Amino acid sequence: MTHAALAELPSVSPILEMRAISKSFPGVKALNEVNIEIFAGQVTALIGENGAGKSTLVKILTGIYQSDEGEIHIDGKPVVFANAQDAIHHGVTAIHQETVLFDELSVAENIFIGHAPKTTLGLVNWKGVNARALALLHSLESNIDPRVRLKDLSIAQRHLVAIARALSVDARIVIMDEPTAALSRKEVDDLFQIVKRLKSQGKAILFISHKFDEVYEIADNYAVFRDGKAVGSGTLADISQDDIVRLMVGRSIEHAFPKVDIPLGETVLKVENYSHPTEFRDISFELRKGEILGIYGLVGAGRSEICQSLFGVTRPSAGKLTLEGKALDIRSPGDAINAGIVYVPEERGRHGAVLQLPIYQNISLPSLGRTSRSGFLRAAEELALARKYAERFDLRAAALSVPVGTLSGGNQQKVVIGKWLATQPKILILDEPTKGIDIGSKAAVHAFISELAGEGLSIIMVSSELPEILGMSDRVLVMREGLSAGLFERADLSAETLVRAATGNA
Amino acid sequence: MIKYLFKYREMLLVVIIAVLLGVFSSRSPGFSSPSNLSNIFNDTSILIILALGQMTVILTKSIDLSVAANVAFTGMAVAMLNAAHPGLPLAFIVVIALGIGALLGAINGLFVWKLGIPSIVVTLGTLTIYRGMAFVLSGGGWVNAHQMTEPFLQTPRQVFLGLPILGWTAIVIVGVIYIVMSRTFLGRAIYASGGNPTAAVYAGIDVGRTRFFAFVISGTLAGLCGYLWVSRYAVAYVDIAAGFELDSVAACVIGGISTLGGIGSVAGAVLGSLFLGVIKNALPVINISPFSQMAISGGVIIAAVIFNARQERRRGRIILRDRGASEKIEGIA
Repeated sequence: MTHAALAELPSVSPILEMRAISKSFPGVKALNEVNIEIFAGQVTALIGENGAGKSTLVKILTGIYQSDEGEIHIDGKPVVFANAQDAIHHGVTAIHQETVLFDELSVAENIFIGHAPKTTLGLVNWKGVNARALALLHSLESNIDPRVRLKDLSIAQRHLVAIARALSVDARIVIMDEPTAALSRKEVDDLFQIVKRLKSQGKAILFISHKFDEVYEIADNYAVFRDGKAVGSGTLADISQDDIVRLMVGRSIEHAFPKVDIPLGETVLKVENYSHPTEFRDISFELRKGEILGIYGLVGAGRSEICQSLFGVTRPSAGKLTLEGKALDIRSPGDAINAGIVYVPEERGRHGAVLQLPIYQNISLPSLGRTSRSGFLRAAEELALARKYAERFDLRAAALSVPVGTLSGGNQQKVVIGKWLATQPKILILDEPTKGIDIGSKAAVHAFISELAGEGLSIIMVSSELPEILGMSDRVLVMREGLSAGLFERADLSAETLVRAATGNA
Repeated sequence: MIKYLFKYREMLLVVIIAVLLGVFSSRSPGFSSPSNLSNIFNDTSILIILALGQMTVILTKSIDLSVAANVAFTGMAVAMLNAAHPGLPLAFIVVIALGIGALLGAINGLFVWKLGIPSIVVTLGTLTIYRGMAFVLSGGGWVNAHQMTEPFLQTPRQVFLGLPILGWTAIVIVGVIYIVMSRTFLGRAIYASGGNPTAAVYAGIDVGRTRFFAFVISGTLAGLCGYLWVSRYAVAYVDIAAGFELDSVAACVIGGISTLGGIGSVAGAVLGSLFLGVIKNALPVINISPFSQMAISGGVIIAAVIFNARQERRRGRIILRDRGASEKIEGIA
């Protein structure tokens, strides 16, 4: 026991202990002599930036990777996890960020797939499967019917099924890898109820998250990783958030939200009574030059849907758009791009780049209308455009002709942003601009957003992260169940008002 | 050198074809003589043209199984037209062939675009329908050489600079498709639509419309091949080019065109076709039966797929490693 704080806990020995674990990949030392202890009935938060080694540790704990050096002890006895099955046998189970479930199978089938109770003939004992699934869901105080198809459940309910699946193997140690990444605030609250229940049942929980408020809310202990090393651990009560941030980044972060106050210009876009057959209704707002309009709400409140509709991906059923005083009719993304509206989607990897195509072709893709004449591309202009934006973003690549797929994640992001700015838009719609990005990079993104607003670009920013909304927005549109739940000026912004509006707790 | 070859599949294919030619000519002197090579190319021309059409469709994450049926119908139609109206100029007949082919391709494309039906289902259906139409049109009868006019039969056979017009036609089509794929908006849209359809939509590209045009290109080329086929073999009947749609897909796959869309080149499609053409012409010469010939083609297709899949995986791994190492130092902007 290296830490005084833990040593003082009376008569508690760790259920799981990792000692001096090291793991190398070609060219990278992912974990360097890491120690970590996890206790029954407690939640230990594993905190660190992207690349700090959290995922590698989880993979070693679940038997997917094997450590190069070091030992894992469970109940004081050394164990070896040669494969994922070994880890499960020792009661270690993980709930992953993006739950891997089967839409077309029933809840019970999802829970027991791979280890369903068998009859004496070796066939699946469906009665047993359904009964045990029901019991498991009851133990989580949920009344989901085990026989319904997974696709009929809400996201929060799916998470519950994922948790039930993890527990179905008699787990004692539950690893939750960013379980809240895709959840709204209310769903997070529900999840935390479950975590508390698991705690009270004596399970040890390793909770991995980027979000401090959640960590403080749910965790008892912390372990901070930086560059593959464990740089600090102890009980959360003994450490301030600032100190944890300092441990994480090895320096203190100042100006987390470099919002620059810019005098707002004239109204650029006017949205009136904008409606969609199923997703949203009667949404009205104005966007001014240089303004950052935040759109906040729970997942499923219709935020992204509005943006996609403004971008022409879906058609609205009613409503009026006015761009710079002229009525606007957007029927396709092509129309939107021509009108100067661009949308940087949430899943930049999946929706953003065509990985097989070279960098310059990706950057020019939305601008091809301008850089081609009667259907023929003009290579010189296309290259010039690509070069300009590659330079602006300090894109690091051997040549502009290499496929985007060969670039690092950070550079791929630059290509995706670059290709939108290359269209010289008037309005930039950002959907969850910092989702899944570590703290250090977030600040860079925020600074960049401010810079763009400073250049006179009008920005609509959809975000689930309150600090981001509060820190960056000039005004905030709050949405609830497809309806506007209020439009708040910067002066009136507070976490409480926004959450209240979003959840409907007046 | 080896690395360079592996980096560019097309180069590897060139080397393999050269090696094959070398082996075959050691067994049968004269196999690699210029006149025989010109023969092989001429013999492969129709496959090359069809494979290029197939390539544009496959690049958009679709497939066109109706190309051979299109050849049969269009071939029958123009042969009957020629027989019925011998006075019509050949140019007019060729335009009709292109038009009928384009129309049949457009029908495929409309189903895929407007109704969102998977292309494999649509073209599996039209494959039967188009061939059935050829039967209905001809009543099951044949159009024989003596019913066709001299220019209709002989023009593609005229030798120009050592190569028949048929071969030159393929070369012109290769050039046209190369320009379409590399220099036009449509070509870029085809690659983007297949490479990442969602990203293409978000970039303002109408993916459905792009697929439609890919089918129109494929159909137009198949229509052209309808005429070329009938004139080359001097006969039109319902079953011509039966099963040839699979040869066109095979040529694409061997040429490194990914069946998942977005990856592939004109050179690949041409070389894949030539590879099949060389095998087909060589095996009889060295006394291998047509049946082993089919097995060999099949084996090569599977080998090509395995090779391509391995290439893709290798690249995937490198990305992951780079990403892990660089993510912590680089932000987004």
